[in-house]
Amino acid sequence: MALPPPDPQFVLRGTSAAVHALHFSCGGQEPGVPVLFSGSENGFIHVWNLKTHRVDTALDGHGRKSVYCLETMGGKNRLLSQGRDQRICLWDLAEGRTSVTDSVFTENVGFCRCSLLKVAQGRWLMAMAAKAPEEVQVLELPSKTSVCTLKPELGAKLGMPMCLKLWQLSCGSQPSLLAGYEDGSVVLWNLSMKKALSQLACHQEPVMSLDFDSEKAKGISGSSEKVLSIWSLNEQQNLQVYKTHELVNAGISDIAIRPDKKILATAGWDHRIRIFGWKKLKPLAVLDYHTATVHCVSFSDHKNPSERLLAAGSRDHRISIWSIYTQT
Amino acid sequence: VCFILGGLDCSISFVSHVLGKVCVHGRHKEILSVLVPLLMDLTKSDCIWQRICWRLIECVPDRWMEAVVLGFVQRTPGADVLSRLLGNLVVKNKKAQFVVTQKLLLLQYCHTTAVLQSLLGYLSLDSLRRPLLLKALQELMDTWGSSSAAKHSPPEQQLYISKAILICLSHLKEPEVESCRQELLTSMMEGMKCHLDSSLPQIRRLGMIVAESISSKINIDGPVLKFQYEEDDESRELKSLLVQTPPFTVVPSLLDNENKKANATLPLVLESNKSSRTAASVMPVEESDAELDSDDDLIPYDMSGDKELKTKAPVYIRDCIEVLTGSENVDKWEATVKALESLVRKNPAAAREVSVELAKILLHLEEKTCIEGFVELRQRAQVAVLTTDPIPVAKYLTSQFYSLNYSLRQRMDILDVLVLAAQELSYPKFHGKTKHSGAPKPCIQLLPGSDSSKDWRRVVDERIKSKTRRFATGQPQVELASSPNEFSSVAGHFFFPLIQHFDRPLATFDLLGEDHFVLGRLVHTLAILMYLAVNTVVVPAMGKALLEFVWVLRFHTDSFVRQGLLSCISSMLLSVPTERLLEDMTEELLETQSWLGDVVEKDPDGDCRRLALQNLLLMENLKNKLKTVPS
Repeated sequence: MALPPPDPQFVLRGTSAAVHALHFSCGGQEPGVPVLFSGSENGFIHVWNLKTHRVDTALDGHGRKSVYCLETMGGKNRLLSQGRDQRICLWDLAEGRTSVTDSVFTENVGFCRCSLLKVAQGRWLMAMAAKAPEEVQVLELPSKTSVCTLKPELGAKLGMPMCLKLWQLSCGSQPSLLAGYEDGSVVLWNLSMKKALSQLACHQEPVMSLDFDSEKAKGISGSSEKVLSIWSLNEQQNLQVYKTHELVNAGISDIAIRPDKKILATAGWDHRIRIFGWKKLKPLAVLDYHTATVHCVSFSDHKNPSERLLAAGSRDHRISIWSIYTQT
Repeated sequence: VCFILGGLDCSISFVSHVLGKVCVHGRHKEILSVLVPLLMDLTKSDCIWQRICWRLIECVPDRWMEAVVLGFVQRTPGADVLSRLLGNLVVKNKKAQFVVTQKLLLLQYCHTTAVLQSLLGYLSLDSLRRPLLLKALQELMDTWGSSSAAKHSPPEQQLYISKAILICLSHLKEPEVESCRQELLTSMMEGMKCHLDSSLPQIRRLGMIVAESISSKINIDGPVLKFQYEEDDESRELKSLLVQTPPFTVVPSLLDNENKKANATLPLVLESNKSSRTAASVMPVEESDAELDSDDDLIPYDMSGDKELKTKAPVYIRDCIEVLTGSENVDKWEATVKALESLVRKNPAAAREVSVELAKILLHLEEKTCIEGFVELRQRAQVAVLTTDPIPVAKYLTSQFYSLNYSLRQRMDILDVLVLAAQELSYPKFHGKTKHSGAPKPCIQLLPGSDSSKDWRRVVDERIKSKTRRFATGQPQVELASSPNEFSSVAGHFFFPLIQHFDRPLATFDLLGEDHFVLGRLVHTLAILMYLAVNTVVVPAMGKALLEFVWVLRFHTDSFVRQGLLSCISSMLLSVPTERLLEDMTEELLETQSWLGDVVEKDPDGDCRRLALQNLLLMENLKNKLKTVPS
């Protein structure tokens, strides 16, 4: 007898605009308050205190244009935000400051979220959609030097890059980039050689979001159609479709795999969050709380497994926080 | 017939005379059925016999030449045989040339396709005769392209000319196509225009097929014309004429090239599909063994509530009106359009309050998103509104029919909706559980298209049969539960406003001028409304008005309109009780009878003639019926 799905542990209200980006920062070395960053359509970044469930700070750095991507660079005091004002801003939030220390002008008017990867102490790589139509640019932060520009070959007709994921097999190995494009294909890029190693057509519609498990060399992508596509990377660095899963309603805006690689969450256009087991993509739960499309999901990085949380931000201005499958 | 050879100069002019005389007297079948096979065999390899045969025909006097040539063309089984038998007769003899290139192609149209094939093939086989082929093609194109021919000549003749054009095209070689490309293009454009203008679907389709074929011939590299039309035996036969078996035609090789290209792309796609599939099948096999599931520890929750997301349609009619007029929510709009008809039918009282408003909204409703069957959904909703509240909505619709700034499509929609609603209202509804077994009236299959004329003929035929036998068969055993004909009270509201303003042209709508297609549809609609109003009180008045209307338009040039007018007469004769017909409209009926007789003899369109004949038969039957009823 299956239990009914759980209710959210708590709901954060007060953004007064659709929530497009979420990022947890709870596992930091400094003892402190676990924090959730949320980016809204009205350009504000809210810093939520997860103990009091209230907004600690509101950051306004994107000229009231929607913020659709948030990342932290080593702790909650350094935040990276990407907005529709074509800028990526780096914030310094230590000791109560709220200033933008640096910004990158991307000249890109799309919706592709950037991807951040730490390659060495104090050095990050950031992949973002570039100004030219099908290109992806990789910058090194904080120096903002361009590492490479990844251009698909002429006639490939991939369309805009829709979602990016930088990864490396282990610290110190070669970083690679997985990019999902408008024509429904996922491409694996080698950054040092600056060329595409493999291309896989997994969807008929644009790839809206993807996530990758570098240990198992398996990834998952969602699109605006009803199908979730799981693909894997073999030794020859070739992408192959491993499995597909058909959903009840079409449209996925975000996918996140939990850091322990046990479960994953998808944010759907049908207002529902779906939880699957990552091993075999077994459907585990359908969380039906929101009343408008869910734009983003994010897992927390708590060191203590029982404290782990899942956050979902939706167009109905609310952020729901769930505690689900925390026992394993 | 045996000739002594060996250097003798024979004079065969006598034989020619005999042949000619026999043919002109109509006996060409008998003599040629013996002569032609004989000559075929003899001329197969023997040149002398060939020359004798040519001399034979050349010596036929001019006044009998036509009959002989016609006989030969009809009897010989192929172009090459004809070429052997006739030789270059058409080049040498003026009369023969006239018969072959003009009379048989343009003035007569009774010959079969095989005759056309052998005739035109004959012209193409010799280089001396090829200029005649080109000349014939040019004249055929001129005829095909003339708008008066497209309007006034019978469909059978147009079909014949189209076939001849296609066969000529199939015989043309590349250099010849090059030389007359420009003229072909100009006449194709003109011909296409006047064919597409026609109201008869068959003529339109003929025009489309010929234009497609011409364009594929003259534009080998560039884009060709492609129309969308219904395929049937006739169109397939026409298209098959383009492909000729002789080796030097260009068309088959063209088709081969296209086929090769299509085949080349297919294997590539298949290969890539295969490779991805085999790779994918390898993976799951390996993985499934090595699964020690810590996943099994995760117990799924109850997911029974996870169903497809459906937007709910509004439940009240006034809500529907709001959604359709203002709402930005596209999902809700779609759901409303789908649900509207059933809502209107379930809530007739509520629908009656807002009927005219609904009708207005539906008339102007345009497709916001891509729904399947949008046109049908809208039409059914309109019919539902009209049947729920006939009088005000009919008033609104008929007034809008004659208003400014509607598209032709909308005006024809109004006519379709009126007809469908009239049918629904007049159809006897049986309450309770009695199944209706064979209603006394035959069902009209109404297709919202210009096919209503064809079904009309079927209906009229059945009606005539049923009428003439009715007094012999007894009453059916089962007493069917009857209900009043709901159409009777509103028939007048549907009918008279439509007839009222047909002769007043508006700025954008002129029934008597350019918009004769709509006039044709209007006339057919009036015929159906008249038919459905049988046994109603207002029918004699309708009949009188309809007869006057028909009288004014009876010489209209468009055959679709004339067919409609004749259907009007049929339905009038069937619906108005005979006594009233003879009392009120005696003179008009007599005039109509003489007009119908004229139509039977002189109208160029076969369908019109048939309809007129049926009308005359109907009138005869009615007269006889009256005579047999004891007074």
